[in-house]
Amino acid sequence: MLEKRTLPTDFTEMLPRVSEFRRFRRVFFSRRLVVFGLIVILALIVTAIFAPFIAPYNPYKMDLSRKLLQPCREHILGTDSLGRDTLSRVIYGTRTSLMVSVIAIGIAGSIGMTMGLLAGYFGGITNMVIMRFTDALMSFPMILLAMVVAAVLGGGLKNVIIALGVGMIAPYCRLMCGQVLSVKENDYITAGRAIGASNLRMMLGHILPNCFPPLIVLLTLMMGTVILAEASLSFLGIGITPLTAAWGSMVNDGYKYLLTHLMLSFAPGLAIMLVVFAFNMVGDGLRDALDPRLRGTL
Amino acid sequence: MSVLLSVNNLKTWFKTDRGLVRAVDGVSYYISEREIIGLVGESGCGKSVSQLSVLQLIPTPPGEIVSGEVIFDGHDLLKFPANGPEMRSVRGGKIAMIFQEPMTSLNPVLTIGRQLTEMLELHLNMDSEAARERAIELLNLVGIPEAASRIDDYPHQFSGGMRQRVMIAMALSCNPKILIADEPTTAVDVTTQAQLLELMKDMVVRFNTSLIIVTHNLGVVARYAQRIYVMYAGRIVESGITKDIFGNPRHPYTIGLLACVPRLDEPRGRKLVPIVGLPPNLINMPPTCAFLPRCPYRIERCQQEPWPELRLIDGQHYTSCHVDTREK
Amino acid sequence: MTPDDTLVDVKNLKMYFPVLRGLLRRKVADVKAVDSISFRIKRGETLGLVGESGCGKTTTGRCILRLYRPTEGQILFEGHDISQLPESKIRPLRRRMSLIFQDPFGSLDPRQSAGDIVGEPLKVHHLVNSKREYRERVEELFRMVGLDPAMVDRVPHEFSGGQRQRIGVARALACAPSLIVCDEPISALDVSIQAQIINLLQELREGLKGLTYLFIAHDLSVVRHISDSVAVMYLGRIVELTDSITLYENPLHPYTRVLLSAVPIADPFVEEKRERIILKGEVPSPLYPPTGCHFHPRCPLAIPECSQVVPPLREVGGGHKVACIRV
Repeated sequence: MLEKRTLPTDFTEMLPRVSEFRRFRRVFFSRRLVVFGLIVILALIVTAIFAPFIAPYNPYKMDLSRKLLQPCREHILGTDSLGRDTLSRVIYGTRTSLMVSVIAIGIAGSIGMTMGLLAGYFGGITNMVIMRFTDALMSFPMILLAMVVAAVLGGGLKNVIIALGVGMIAPYCRLMCGQVLSVKENDYITAGRAIGASNLRMMLGHILPNCFPPLIVLLTLMMGTVILAEASLSFLGIGITPLTAAWGSMVNDGYKYLLTHLMLSFAPGLAIMLVVFAFNMVGDGLRDALDPRLRGTL
Repeated sequence: MSVLLSVNNLKTWFKTDRGLVRAVDGVSYYISEREIIGLVGESGCGKSVSQLSVLQLIPTPPGEIVSGEVIFDGHDLLKFPANGPEMRSVRGGKIAMIFQEPMTSLNPVLTIGRQLTEMLELHLNMDSEAARERAIELLNLVGIPEAASRIDDYPHQFSGGMRQRVMIAMALSCNPKILIADEPTTAVDVTTQAQLLELMKDMVVRFNTSLIIVTHNLGVVARYAQRIYVMYAGRIVESGITKDIFGNPRHPYTIGLLACVPRLDEPRGRKLVPIVGLPPNLINMPPTCAFLPRCPYRIERCQQEPWPELRLIDGQHYTSCHVDTREK
Repeated sequence: MTPDDTLVDVKNLKMYFPVLRGLLRRKVADVKAVDSISFRIKRGETLGLVGESGCGKTTTGRCILRLYRPTEGQILFEGHDISQLPESKIRPLRRRMSLIFQDPFGSLDPRQSAGDIVGEPLKVHHLVNSKREYRERVEELFRMVGLDPAMVDRVPHEFSGGQRQRIGVARALACAPSLIVCDEPISALDVSIQAQIINLLQELREGLKGLTYLFIAHDLSVVRHISDSVAVMYLGRIVELTDSITLYENPLHPYTRVLLSAVPIADPFVEEKRERIILKGEVPSPLYPPTGCHFHPRCPLAIPECSQVVPPLREVGGGHKVACIRV
């Protein structure tokens, strides 16, 4: 039934090939602060992976004969009340922070985005139920929510991660839902329906890929928030056991010695600040680089 | 009939990341008293940019009016500073412009009455009572029903066609010498388009204003314009009185346009002859004729020489093409 | 006309959209987008649906494709009534009908390659058995619409408006449908490119036996050029239905005559001599349509009876149908 026909072709002058990747790179690396943030994050990851090789001492080893030393040549940042080397603890702290935040965001992101996708795509009752649920979640400040969950589940690293994860579901869900609603308005979604694509294909093949940019930005920005939240929780004494090297609890421990041994709180505090700042900068840079309005420009 | 506005060799260029865009590249035209002229071309040809340049409304950067003169009322408008008092008194007061999208041209948070009276107070120094009366008069003139009560309504309370009428009222409120209508009917239905164009024509006669219609619709200019300028890629490629342009088109682009538009009155069987290829890429254009890649009349000379200047054929009929297209 | 000839048979189609207000989302009114229309499209024919904004032509097209579920009425496609079928039963039918959109930018998923956009219907309906077959079919479709098959991996924003519309046409052809609904396929394109797409659609129709178009547009010149028959719509109803030659030579409905006179012709010699009927007023809102004949408040021929009686679409000879009591 289909005859092969060759029609006059107009492939003169395609528009010049615009590489999304090149443009992304150009915008992303255009701000020095963003690049700085990226370097810090890379340093963080490297430190976390190679902690045993970088840290001068075992962070758990207690040596009461060397407690509360001021910064000196053998202990660059001094020691804490149990004789543990502060520098080593800060270094190992990167592991805790990274692990907690990555897993917590992983949980929050995957649950939140799935809920948002379903709520946005199906609308109606599904939307209403899911939105009311997130309303409930959002009525608690995140730290408070995390505290409640941690208190209910008990202490321990695993439960802290769950607690933080739960606390962050709502923003992902909301953002995803909003994105889905706006993407749904586009003709190419109607086109998909007109072809006869199944709901699953629509959601995973068309809607999700077009919702990613703002969600990736949120992901990075929340990393900073989570690290801070974890630090707050451990500062408040919830969750992390005192033996673990975690920045928040280190700040808490050093609190008592603030006037005499500044480094005990300052060092981990500085680490928190640096990492949170780095994630914020990178998130900012990502948001600019992924701006859909720039799409198609050089 | 004296010449009101004379634009000579206007060039407006935009510097972008990708290169130089010569949006308007040596455009000259004029309009006399009580004339309706048409500026015809597709998107990207520079017709809107040229009008914005006359009123110095081009965002600078990235745009820049590189050269040219705009002689109006004895002065070269381009010599005045873009935001100075002279230009401000010209805009709206002496040369008025209406745009394609009435929703974005009207301020959504002000009543249309206020937007009208503002113009009257500014340009004609009317007091608020006189201005209001005049505003109601104008709304009646353009066919807004119940003008006296609707004057206090907001733009969103009007339909698209009504909003365009308000724009026409605003444009004509200060008795400008020239009205520029930039694609005034693209966003409205064809019956509304007919109403608005008839209205504009009546207003032009009544107010003794001249009208520049900027459009891509050949039918509109065939119906209303006395003279036409056909634009392509920033330049005028053909100009003349309407009957000459349609009856004896000489530039390949004009010929192409006329052949590719279906006409209501022709037999159905006629195959449309499209213009092959893509619209020109305005970035870093070569010096040769911009229509060259798409031109069925091209000859060796066209590849070697720069884009020809407009040459006189007959009477007022000019074309910027070497080739005598009558021979095909 | 045997029943086999008819591809689409629409009977008394109504599409009302409820207006919901309040916390409990109570229906307060209906937007009567389509208010009881009937027409037939024969196989291989092109029916043009023309009218101004708010007349219901786009909604009609979407109803036929079952992108909406009609409020009332029947839509017979290839003999079967699809008007109230559940989505699961409609889905396999979707390979027999497709849609070309107005917006060449928004109708293509910006994150898919052109080849995948065109080939997606093949995957959805499992029409190809191997990667090679898929690739071949996609390249064939590209060639059919005048695109270079080397461009299959490019993304939409690398193409021009006219080329993107060609991608849309290729996608519509992928499953070799019987019916293609063209919803204003050229209004967003430059004039010089419009002709390319119009010619493409005509050539495809000539080359592919049995391909039927429902061509929806507001530009009467284009609709007349490409269609065999034309239905003129006003505020949800069909006011005139006839073949395209008769429509121009002998328009009977007052609205059709106004519409024709409002379309400018690119010829100053013709324009000088033309009659111009300028309408008064504006199109009423479909929420509050006038009683009786929807056109009566603006009609130059209106009499008091026009506001009381809904004129039926009746035949006046030779397949020419008009909905007016004054004709």
